[in-house]
Parts: sequence; C-alpha cells; structure tokens
Amino acid sequence: MKNKPTVGEILQAKGVSRRGFLKYCATTASLLALPPAMIPRIAKAIESARRPSVIWLSFQECTGCTESLTRSAAPTVEGLIFDAISLDYHHTLQAASGEQAEAARHAAMEENEGGYLVLVDGSIPMGNPGFSTIAGISNYDMLMETVAGAAAVVSIGTCAAFGGIPGANPNPTGAVSVGDLVKDKPVINVPGCPPIPMVMTAVLTQFLTFGQLPEVDRYGRPLAFFGQTIHDRCYRRPFYEQGKFANSFDDEGAKAGWCLYKLGCKGPTTYNACATVKWNQGTSFPIESGHPCLGCSEPDFWDKGGFYEPLSTGKFGSGAKVAGAAAAGVALGAVAAVAGRRRQAKYTKEA
Amino acid sequence: MDLLEFARGPALQWAAYILVAGTIWRIVGIVLLEKKPDYSEPRKSGGYPAAIKVIWTRAFTAEPFAKATLYPKMMAYVMHIGLFMVIFLFTPHIVFFEGWTGFDWPGLPNSVIFFLGVATVVSGVALLVRRLTNPVLKLISNFDDYFSWFVTLLPVVTGLLIPVRALFRYEDLLAIHILSVALLLIWLPFGKLGHTFLVFVTRGTTGMVFERRGAKT
Repeated sequence: MKNKPTVGEILQAKGVSRRGFLKYCATTASLLALPPAMIPRIAKAIESARRPSVIWLSFQECTGCTESLTRSAAPTVEGLIFDAISLDYHHTLQAASGEQAEAARHAAMEENEGGYLVLVDGSIPMGNPGFSTIAGISNYDMLMETVAGAAAVVSIGTCAAFGGIPGANPNPTGAVSVGDLVKDKPVINVPGCPPIPMVMTAVLTQFLTFGQLPEVDRYGRPLAFFGQTIHDRCYRRPFYEQGKFANSFDDEGAKAGWCLYKLGCKGPTTYNACATVKWNQGTSFPIESGHPCLGCSEPDFWDKGGFYEPLSTGKFGSGAKVAGAAAAGVALGAVAAVAGRRRQAKYTKEA
Repeated sequence: MDLLEFARGPALQWAAYILVAGTIWRIVGIVLLEKKPDYSEPRKSGGYPAAIKVIWTRAFTAEPFAKATLYPKMMAYVMHIGLFMVIFLFTPHIVFFEGWTGFDWPGLPNSVIFFLGVATVVSGVALLVRRLTNPVLKLISNFDDYFSWFVTLLPVVTGLLIPVRALFRYEDLLAIHILSVALLLIWLPFGKLGHTFLVFVTRGTTGMVFERRGAKT
C-alpha cells in the first residue's frame, strides 16, 4: 500500500491546479460546517492519503447513483477525487467481469482488511435470494461478506439507505436497506434519487480527513447536508410566506416563479442540500426548473401519496366510509331521540 | 408508517368519521325530540322571523350588560374571528379544504395569519384567566369548559410552532398539529364545542319560543 501514489500526487498528475484543489477543500469545509482553520487540514489529509480502498456494491438499483457521479457535464474536482480513491470493485465501471471481478473484490478485502470503505447502492431483496444475484452470489451474501472487514459502510442513494423504489408498497422482493442488515459497522446514509455528487464525495473527504464519519441525523444522514429542509433554503420561500402560489404548471404564478406548494412540493418535509449545493455544477435544482420537490431523500418517499398532491391534503379514506359514519350518526340520533321521548313521556306521566 | 403519515392518514380519517357520526347523532337526536306542549296562549306568532331576529341580536350584548361584559365579549370576538380566519384563510388549510370539497379561495400572507394566530391564543388565555378569577364563572365551569378550551387552542398553538420550528422538526410539528386537529374534531360534537353547528339552531329556537311567550328579544 505504501507504494501507492497519494491522492495529492494523483490530482497533480490529472492537472488539477493548487487553486482548484484548495477551492474544493474550502467548499467541502463550508459544506461540512467546519471552520476555515480546517481547510489546510483537509488539504493535507487528502494530499497525503494513500488511495483508500473502496468497494462499491450495486444491488437492486437503476445505476442512477453511479450516473449522478460519473455523468457530470465536465470533469470536476469531485470526480477526480473519486478517481483518486482506489475503487477496487464496481461492477458497472470496472473492466473485469465474472470470476476476475470477484477475485478483485476478494483481493481488495484481504489487502485492506479493517480499513476499506464499502459503498452500496440499491436495496437488498430478502424475499428470495434469486431475485438479484451477482456472479451467482445473492445480494445479501455479498453484502455481509464484504462488510465483515470494512471500516465503514456508506449507503448511496435512497434504495440503499431506506429501501427506495424496490421497497415501495407492495415491496414484491422484500427489499430492505443496508442499515436494516448491517448492525456492527458504522453505516452512513447518503440518500437521494440520485444523491448529489458533492455530498457523496464530501462524506468520503470527511472520512479521509478525520478518519471518521460525519455527525448524522435520526435517519443516519450527514447533518451538514441533511440538517435543513429544501423549503428552509428554497429561493421561492418568500412567495410561500406572501401567499403567492402556482396553481398549475402553466399559469401566471408558475411563470412568475411562485411557490410550488400547491402543486405538491415536498420541500417542507424533505431534508437535503439541493437548494444550496444544486445540480450540474451549481446550475439549478428541480424547484428552480419549475418542478416540485418529490422528497426523494426521505424514507418511503414513493408511498407518501401523490407527487402532485399538496402536503396539507388530508387522507379521509373513501366517501363510502364517511357515508357509513353519517348513517351510523342517523341511527344513533334516532335511538337517542326515542330514548328522549320515553323519558319525556315518563316525566309527563309522573307530573 | 411515520408519525406524519399516521396523523394525515388513520388519525384524520377516524376523527372525520367520529365528527360526522357525532354531529349527525346530535342533530338528529334533537330534531326528533318530541316538542313539549305549550299550553300558554301565544302573545305573538313567533315563527322563523323571530328566530332570525334573535340569531342576529344575540350576536351583541343587551344594553344593561354592555359595560359589564365588554371585555369578555371583545376577547371572545377576537378569538372567534381570529380562529375563523386562521382556519379558512391560511393557504395550506385552503389546500386541505380544496382536497376535501373541491373548492378553493384566496388566502392571506403568512405574516397576517401568524399575527391572527397569536391574537387568538392571547384572547383565549385572557378568557381562561377570567374564567379562573371570576368566582361565579369559576363555580359554574366544569370539565367540558376547560377541555373544550384546551382542544380549541391546542391546534392554534401547535400550528404557530411549525414556522418557529420550536423543539421539534417540521414534520414532527406538522404531525402534532394534525393530531391536535384530530382531537378537536373528535371532541367537537360531544361537548360545548357542539355550538359550532348548534349555535344558530339553539338561538333560533330560543327566539321562536321567547317571541311566542312575549319576552323581549
């Protein structure tokens, strides 16, 4: 491992300037809510780090998380940081396949016993091992075998973090999250469908810098990125406060960029950094493009009612049940009235 | 199912069923009661005009009591009007009613709603203080009075906490707010809050009876 180049050497070889590198370190420190004094430490830690071994496991997923990281419009420092880690196994990106690929995974596990990171995207089917296999190995077996010698596990995307779309009702494969299965290792969730690339790399940077994973919320998400709601940081928030809302996707309110709450925006209950970090090199995020937030970084987001149903819509059930309640009311009222009449008759008679 | 899903789903559903059944139970029970025979000779014809008259005049204090009841009357007005505006003119509430009825209407800015909510709570507290400090009022108050006060103001207080993000996260506060509304809906038909749907019926009935007996209305 000592013969491996450091991350700093690799970045230098890739043509990343000192200015660009320090800019990345400053941005990461800011995103992680660290003081500016930590920037040199981050820079030093990244520069001197020997390429940490990372094993990326993909289970029941759509590859959107990998796409999010690799399909940026131009090579980014975040992307290069990812190049600079030793991504020893990623069956979408690696050239090797079959037994060779599995041999690479085992080799990485043995060489870096206790020190490698496992990144997982996709949920794990527990209904039947045959629902999803890689090289004939069930997702469950591969996960448990791989995390046994890992330093930590990072669940990339909502499927790995919470079960995601495969776990949506009726959950035909019995999909569960990584955290549901891995109990003896630190598991950090970086949800999103897909997650923001910068968030993924910042979590890895924190691990490289401090040797530990960041502080997390009750869903195991790093607080630095998931500590505030989309609504709290949304540039359309003033319109919400003023009571100015788009009522449809093509009305005057939509054209004026008013709040999308009435069109089903889940920003108030969604914790993520989209409104601040944004997407595509900081170009925009869904609300900025005129679409309500779907709440994709929240558990069970697929089953929380319609995407275009406003958050404050009540779920009253069927009209038939309400009619049944009304009928019950009529019956109870009639019984009460009959009892009342009997009492009246009794008192009148006594009088 | 998290707390918010429970609040928006089963809790609100059951509260709605109980509200509908309870309200209809109370109304049908009253409507089907046998009318007491009135053996006195009618002084006036009574009828619906008398009912409408009393519905209107009882909105104001009779002259002899105007000064004595000015303070609680004002507080009661602030509380009722504030409550009405907060419930029906806050946009997320309008969206809620739209999902239920299909109708929507313009709302007020959040700052105005927040002010109205605070005014509602302050007037409600003022009324409670009066109830607790006035010996006669205290004597005639029972559990119903205090619990009805509590379940009425609880949703306003929990609603005001949401934008402040006090103590809990947004979704937890929203869930608590919806659960407090569910509690209000469940209690509404059975206690003194039944005046929400009975107030005009009882006032009108009083007007008709009083007019018939020649009382000043």
